[in-house]
Amino acid sequence: MKFILLAFLFLSSPAFAVQPDEMLADPGLEARARGLSRQLRCLVCQGEDIDESNAGLAGDIRKLVRERIAVGDTDGEVLDFVQQRYGDYVLMRPPLRTATLLLWGAPLLVLGAGVAIGVIYLRRLRREES
Amino acid sequence: MKAGAYMPLILLAIIVALFAVPLVQGRDPAIIPSAMIGKPLPDFVLPPALPGGAPLESAKLRQADRPYLVNFFASWCLTCRAEQAVLAAYARESGVLVYGIDYKDTRKDVSRWLDAYGNPFAAVGFDDTGRVAIDWGVYGVPETFVVDSRGIIRYKHVGPLREEDITRLVRPVLEKLK
Repeated sequence: MKFILLAFLFLSSPAFAVQPDEMLADPGLEARARGLSRQLRCLVCQGEDIDESNAGLAGDIRKLVRERIAVGDTDGEVLDFVQQRYGDYVLMRPPLRTATLLLWGAPLLVLGAGVAIGVIYLRRLRREES
Repeated sequence: MKAGAYMPLILLAIIVALFAVPLVQGRDPAIIPSAMIGKPLPDFVLPPALPGGAPLESAKLRQADRPYLVNFFASWCLTCRAEQAVLAAYARESGVLVYGIDYKDTRKDVSRWLDAYGNPFAAVGFDDTGRVAIDWGVYGVPETFVVDSRGIIRYKHVGPLREEDITRLVRPVLEKLK
């Protein structure tokens, strides 16, 4: 019984937001479209990329990505096309520039602060021991 | 040793400040700043939403000699209802032209809806696929753009316009453009 349940678990495929009629016939181009869709944020749901979102606008932009690929845009050109209309926010990976410096630098800052606190603490311990 | 005792308090102050600043500013983090500000209005041609109406196209809008508003709305959009009255009153009082773009709608629904809630628009374009809305960077209705007489997008308001939004946000932008 357990085996059967487990089998179902592994056999089931995740539900995709991408509709079969949206897909490109060429599997290579479709794979590119899927890859690009994972790099574009859904503006309605804001936490999801458009590849996994069921929002109407996400579907529209998925179709748009495929349209651009079909007319021969490179990956960079497709992302630019969407970014020109919706701004940096639409990219799941925001570009590094002065306005996003804090965003990208935050992990380093936190790491630095942690190391500093650790060093101070250890020094103090040693001083108290001696 | 003494200075360390204040550390938790200082940390608390920093955290409180981090939360307090956005609260006081009152900016809604769900509103995404428009990438279209400062850019020319996108090229488009839309058929009229109402029978006998004029089509709405960018080429005609570019001939405008004073700033105007472009409002994306839909008959299925609940918050657009209240906005219609505000837009109509504003268009009447100020003489500013307001163009409507009907987003993902049906002609039957929109003509009934405009009859019921008022039609403040100089012309209404029919964007049933939502493709033109994407070129404007629209991510939900209602959204309202201020376009200057050179065809440059100067301001975008996300969500329904209330009277105070017009006085506080839209009117100052239009004043500056005069």
